[in-house]
Amino acid sequence: MAEKTVEKLDRVVVRFAGDSGDGMQLTGSRFTDATAVVGNDLATLPDFPAEIRAPAGTPHGVSAFQIHFASRDILTPGDHPNVLVAMNPAALITQLAAVEKGGTVIVNEDGFTDHNLRKAGYPSNPLDDDTLDDFQVFRVPMTSMTVRATEGIEGISSRDAARSKNLFALGLVSWMYGRPTTPTVDWVEKKFADRPEVKAANLAAFRAGYNFGETAELLAVHYEVDPAPAPPGTYRNVNGTQALAYGLIAASVQSGLQLFLASYPITPASELLHALSRHQRFGVRTIQAEDEIAAANMALGAAFSGHLGVTATSGPGMDLKAETIGLAVAMELPLVVVDIQRAGPSTGMPTKTEAADLLMALYGRHGESPLPVIAACTPGDCFDAAIEAARIAVTHRTPVILLADTFLANSSEPWRLPDVSSLPAIDPDFAGAPNDGDAFMPYLRDDNLARPWAIPGTPGLRHRIGGLEKEERTGNISYEPANHDYMTRLRSERIARVEVPDVEVDDPDGDAGLLVLGWGSSYGAIQGAARRLRREDGLKVATAHIRHLNPMPGNVGEVLRAYERVLVPEMNLGQLATLLRAEHLIDIESYTKVDGLPILTRDVMEQVRERLA
Amino acid sequence: MSAAGHSENGGTPLPVLSKADFSSDQETRWCPGCGDYAILASVQGLMPELGVPPDKIVFVTGIGCAGRFVYYMDTYGMHGIHGRAPALATGVATSRPDLSVWVVSGDGDALSIGGNHLIHALRRNVPLKILLFNNQIYGLTKGQYSPTSEEGKVTKSTPFGSQDHPFNPVSLALGAEATFVARTVDTDKKHQAEVLRAAAAHRGAAFVEIYQNCNVFNDGAFDAVRAKGQREQNQIPLEHGRPVRFGLDGERGVMRGKDGRLELVDVADVGEHALLVHDVKRSEPSLAFELAHLAAQPTGPTPIGVFRSVERPIYGEQLQEALEESRAGVGKQQLEELLHSGDTWSVD
Repeated sequence: MAEKTVEKLDRVVVRFAGDSGDGMQLTGSRFTDATAVVGNDLATLPDFPAEIRAPAGTPHGVSAFQIHFASRDILTPGDHPNVLVAMNPAALITQLAAVEKGGTVIVNEDGFTDHNLRKAGYPSNPLDDDTLDDFQVFRVPMTSMTVRATEGIEGISSRDAARSKNLFALGLVSWMYGRPTTPTVDWVEKKFADRPEVKAANLAAFRAGYNFGETAELLAVHYEVDPAPAPPGTYRNVNGTQALAYGLIAASVQSGLQLFLASYPITPASELLHALSRHQRFGVRTIQAEDEIAAANMALGAAFSGHLGVTATSGPGMDLKAETIGLAVAMELPLVVVDIQRAGPSTGMPTKTEAADLLMALYGRHGESPLPVIAACTPGDCFDAAIEAARIAVTHRTPVILLADTFLANSSEPWRLPDVSSLPAIDPDFAGAPNDGDAFMPYLRDDNLARPWAIPGTPGLRHRIGGLEKEERTGNISYEPANHDYMTRLRSERIARVEVPDVEVDDPDGDAGLLVLGWGSSYGAIQGAARRLRREDGLKVATAHIRHLNPMPGNVGEVLRAYERVLVPEMNLGQLATLLRAEHLIDIESYTKVDGLPILTRDVMEQVRERLA
Repeated sequence: MSAAGHSENGGTPLPVLSKADFSSDQETRWCPGCGDYAILASVQGLMPELGVPPDKIVFVTGIGCAGRFVYYMDTYGMHGIHGRAPALATGVATSRPDLSVWVVSGDGDALSIGGNHLIHALRRNVPLKILLFNNQIYGLTKGQYSPTSEEGKVTKSTPFGSQDHPFNPVSLALGAEATFVARTVDTDKKHQAEVLRAAAAHRGAAFVEIYQNCNVFNDGAFDAVRAKGQREQNQIPLEHGRPVRFGLDGERGVMRGKDGRLELVDVADVGEHALLVHDVKRSEPSLAFELAHLAAQPTGPTPIGVFRSVERPIYGEQLQEALEESRAGVGKQQLEELLHSGDTWSVD
């Protein structure tokens, strides 16, 4: 066996890329689990086409999974991969530009057939010409080695065997970065328990890849990435979708309200429907409605009946739900609307991220129709944001829009499990008795200007509510001019009164001239950029993050005015910047990016350097 | 509550309710002469019979004249947006099987903008009583043709006559595999009460089309089956297990002809034994479907009554029970376990 050198690294970005049928997402998620076990901090970025099976071997059928792992706290899935694993020419041609110069490219040599080269659009074989001169290239015949490794397994044809080549790639990269094999082996054994031949083939391919790394002369170095220091606690990996599901279940437990989710299948929000439909033990009721509008109405009907009503969707579904959300505003009933934003307009790019629904969340209904809007900032934060959205909805009797995005929903990171006893209490405070002598006034208000929630079945509190303008206190239909003016202002005021914590500013020396202010999933890139700019460039830069988009924290104006310049990076064409300019008359500088991918740390660093360096 | 009686077990007195207990204090604001008044009176009159306290009844409506119905019932109520009442009501009924949930809708609301929700509520067999007030016109928006208006209908939006082929609501409901489908007439108090009673007793989704006269924008649309002097000849009352006969003295009937199609015949010509015997319990809907198509429009002999009444599992009923039971046994500890499920690791 050749002597292998071990080199220590503090951070690595690996991208697996192949055909959408090559199992790259599976490879990535298995690598992620093994990485979590090592105790590295990590963040991931799945990136796949909307087509389930795009034509094999073509550039638009390429599916990729990027993971950033480190021996220190990291905040994003990384800008440029240090290592690219390309299973075919299409994967190479689409992904190579992102790889850092001097980076490592591992190719499945067997995938580089003339046929595949043509389909990818390579005039000549990039493995033989100067295409890869700037990179360290490893040519590994993964398919044929996989087939050889699986020879003799009963019931497996060589064609079937070749399909396990992703496990070979996983084995190889696992060896390179010292990932433990047990999590992957355990997973394969469990996953394919009922199909012994597939289990055997996958295990053989995985071991072959791992052993190839260890024994082949090809790879001289392997790497170690030490565990990242992290606050004490119990951790697990979650993506944003799982965290949303857990957060909604937690809100159900904390409020004592049965969780009722009605959704219509839509990318990427279907995953939340799938995730919650598994939790009947917690009484979670899920309904796959006939359409987006029905889903919103079912959730609202359940809310009227005393449940925690939730509907989840993505952009096109938000368009359709708008009228029902307006009804919930008029009815003043709790409703949580989860919008996992994706690139628009229209069908847009269903699997690509964007954060361009902010103004729609705030204003995308006819009439004055105010409601609270809150945006999650990391996969783990989706848990807390879901509880917060439910808490506001229930205590203020209002629909709340919870914004996440495709990146947050699919991306995963280590999540320190919260102490359940410290989760906020949510009191539904159902009305139980008449509130005006012997009469019940459905629109009589408490200190928060919230009305009573009297659910059907409560004796003596029968009442009718609807979308027509209603008289204050009685809830009777009223078209009186003064009443409508009063009610319109009151609905606005009651949302403005929702208590929201102040924005916290991170300005280590307190004398930065530039504030980078973000919302949503740009959080990681902004924080990461500020750290590196301070460390590497010695620049003074402050950061802040707005989680509550409506109502906004009370100190936003003060924070904005405290800085000479304010930069707002967004995955839209400047929606928060527009709001802040309008509200605070401050000349916000807007950095925008709408390429369907998350904002990179490097993007933010460049923007700050341009302004300060 | 008007009076008090005694429960069967001789214990706590159960209130005896009257129509007044289901009437809200809101002034009814339909046009004078509107068929909706008669339906409201029928429904309010039926409610005390159900033995369900008003606190456990929910009315859900959409937009249109029929949408106002909810405000006149002293029950719980939701007045939703256009066409979506069946979806709102599905949320109510599936989350609370203890409630009696009624949907009131019109031909525009249920069959045009809300057609999708109607058919899905029916095929799921959500326990809803859906009353479709069919007046073959848009009343609230002041007189446009509706999805049940006859071809050639001249209205404000179709000055040269509508080119749309109308829906037959009973046929549509049967096509959606509704388990209970019936038709009645707004002013026919006795018949309406019978049909509504049967709908209320049905376990599952019940669909009732009610011919409702809009005396302002479409007066007389149902005269053939509604007006004195015509209805006696034209109403074909459907009764389970009975030969289908109609006419002043039952002198006409429905028979299966030689080519397999249903025919209207004189009983004297064929004898009663030759008549079709109505069967609401047939599991396949073809008979009900044929009866629905005896009249394309209610301008001549038209069947009224219950077309179909069959049993099918109620949407989500057992699931909700199971969920409530399961939920009763979980709390913070199980939440803690849930969060800790899967691969976890500790940092000290």
